[in-house]
Amino acid sequence: MPPTRKRKLDQTASTIHATSPPKRHQAEEFKEVEAALPATPQTLTSDKGMDSDDDFNSVASSMDLGEEMSSSVDFGAGDSDGDVEEYEDDNTGFEATAKDLANKRKAFETDFKVYSPQDIQNQQDGQVAEVANLLEQPPEATAILLRYGRWNKERLIEQYMDNQEELLEKAGLGQDIRRNPPRIETVIGFACDICCEDGQDLESFAMTCGHRFCTDCYRQYLTQKIKDEGEAARIKCPGDRCNKVIDAKSLDLLVPSDLTDRYHVLLMRTYVDDRESLKWCPAPNCVYAVECGVKKRDLLKVVPTVHCECKHAFCFGCTLADHQPCPCALVKKWLKKCADDSETANWISANTKECPKCHSTIEKNGGCNHMTCRKCKNEFCWMCMGLWSEHGTSWYNCSRFEEKSGHDARDAQAKSRQSLERYLHYYNRYANHEQSAKLDKDIFHKTEKKMTLLQSTSGMSWIEVQFLEGASQALQQCRETLKWTYAFAYYLARNNQTEIFEDNQRDLEMAVENLSEMFEKPTDQLAGLKVEMLDKTAYCQKRKVVVLDDTARKLKEGEWDLLLLTPC
Amino acid sequence: MSGNKRIMKEFADVQSNPPPGCKITLENEGDMNLWNVVMDAPSDSIYAGGHFKIAIKLPKEYPFKPPVLNFKTKLYHPNVTNDENGSMCLGMLRPDEWKPPNKIADVLKLVRTVLASPQPDDAVEQGIAEQYKNDRKAFEKTAKDWVGKYAK
Ligand SMILES: [Zn+2]
Ligand SMILES: [Zn+2]
Ligand SMILES: [Zn+2]
Ligand SMILES: [Zn+2]
Ligand SMILES: [Zn+2]
Ligand SMILES: [Zn+2]
Repeated sequence: MPPTRKRKLDQTASTIHATSPPKRHQAEEFKEVEAALPATPQTLTSDKGMDSDDDFNSVASSMDLGEEMSSSVDFGAGDSDGDVEEYEDDNTGFEATAKDLANKRKAFETDFKVYSPQDIQNQQDGQVAEVANLLEQPPEATAILLRYGRWNKERLIEQYMDNQEELLEKAGLGQDIRRNPPRIETVIGFACDICCEDGQDLESFAMTCGHRFCTDCYRQYLTQKIKDEGEAARIKCPGDRCNKVIDAKSLDLLVPSDLTDRYHVLLMRTYVDDRESLKWCPAPNCVYAVECGVKKRDLLKVVPTVHCECKHAFCFGCTLADHQPCPCALVKKWLKKCADDSETANWISANTKECPKCHSTIEKNGGCNHMTCRKCKNEFCWMCMGLWSEHGTSWYNCSRFEEKSGHDARDAQAKSRQSLERYLHYYNRYANHEQSAKLDKDIFHKTEKKMTLLQSTSGMSWIEVQFLEGASQALQQCRETLKWTYAFAYYLARNNQTEIFEDNQRDLEMAVENLSEMFEKPTDQLAGLKVEMLDKTAYCQKRKVVVLDDTARKLKEGEWDLLLLTPC
Repeated sequence: MSGNKRIMKEFADVQSNPPPGCKITLENEGDMNLWNVVMDAPSDSIYAGGHFKIAIKLPKEYPFKPPVLNFKTKLYHPNVTNDENGSMCLGMLRPDEWKPPNKIADVLKLVRTVLASPQPDDAVEQGIAEQYKNDRKAFEKTAKDWVGKYAK
């Protein structure tokens, strides 16, 4: 028999933890939830607390609320540091502000900023100008130096002060290019070593390394590097074994005009690629970049979900789609495991199953996991195949994997079977939510179509049916979260925190199933269910916040025993 | 096109002054982009006595893009793929290392050097590389057997 639901709740947990899924929720709760939702690009600017004291970085310096999206001028000053690590100790002024804002923030929220291509360009230009001033070098040379030093401004300046000649040489600048500005020439007796053309009118070009080629060849070489190989910042002299980097001024002289746009785009890409605190949004065709101060070494403690201007939510750590609450390392292990074991596991997520009572085939066509057998009217849970009547009561035990007693798992075969069963338990639920999210979406689109029809017949306004879209989106997001809670749970060793985790997970799951079920109601009834649906949507969001907040906080504080060494 | 003059000149140069141990012809009369090479292995290498056919394809972007080399004669070597391609992994042929002034003759000189002294740490055939490092006798035996079987 599954144990009755007993909870060891600490003070904080009990305040955010509803004891059973309430039937009704007030409208005020809805508002409260909205405030607690993960930051969108628009709202994040008003929420600038830091998530860890020792990890201060450039993001914080651009705290000025509301300003950053539109301002492009201010930008360079606040964010001019090339290497965030150097800024760890000198920001006491910020600490106080962070504290003030800290209680507004949820543990799973991460600070970030979204930048447009223009922002990035300005930021880049600003840094070049600043360093050029300091080093008394022309901007072209400075840009090369910065790119060579991967935009680590402080280290670059240090190196420059240390040994100017050596740095210039290494960066491919060799001599002072101010005294020898690049120019196209005709040289008597010149024959191009690439195309073998000669002739006294043949225009040619060479950098200070002296490797001279005709301008046609030079241009074709650059075209190929830029167009086919996507290079820009570190194109080398075409000369045999010459490592001299072609500077921006020479490039301006030589890059065919139809390629300059592409060239500048590529230069900008390297600026973002070179910096740990900047990443391109991975959404297809998205042009925005996101800045976030979370470092690689933090990724076992935080799951840094960021929200791009384009609405795509992704993990800054690994750039996969948002996978909270599961840390990147576990996501990677989990996905690999699922890929390796897909043969074994596939049958489980199949779309059809047998009714556990009468064995007639049942097809799942909505996202809801509450199944009713058409033939025998048996109501059961799609995931655990248990009686639905036991769900949502104190008997509900669908999400937890019950470890068999040591007696059962004594011999090796039983052990390996149990480890497979354990994996399948979590995989089944993981895959199920993935699948259900798709089905939920399908059913929403069908419903939406019907609603549009209904609108024209019932006179409902467009705004009035938008609650459906809100509900559908909430469902998608909550199922995504649920999905990752199961991958997380697979790597979670039992300790005194896991019960609360499972309770929260189950509460979210029930909330989701309740909402999902509403989509299966006849369309003409939906309009009348608006209030109930809004309630359920809000409740889902709230449960999601509870799950994410609890896991994130304990992740940060190291309260989970993660089975990181579990063989994949 | 500019590529043509360059290729003509290179071809003429390798005719009058062929790289050591190499005979170079065109695959088809009038097609300057497919070269056939017969390379005699250095006499002090374990492949001594072997004549290796190498097909060289010059891409239409040549010399801005590197040539493509394929051993047409089977060869037991850690740096040559043991398949119908017979590709050799050469640093200078990688797109980021190839420079347009580089010549086919330079490439062939390098090929012959690698042929004589395998570089197991840059191997494309891991198994052969392991054997080369750990059981040189067995490696040399197979390499010689293959020369007798395929490269005479
Ligand atoms: Zn030329
Ligand atoms: Zn050069
Ligand atoms: Zn985006
Ligand atoms: Zn991640
Ligand atoms: Zn049935
Ligand atoms: Zn169940």
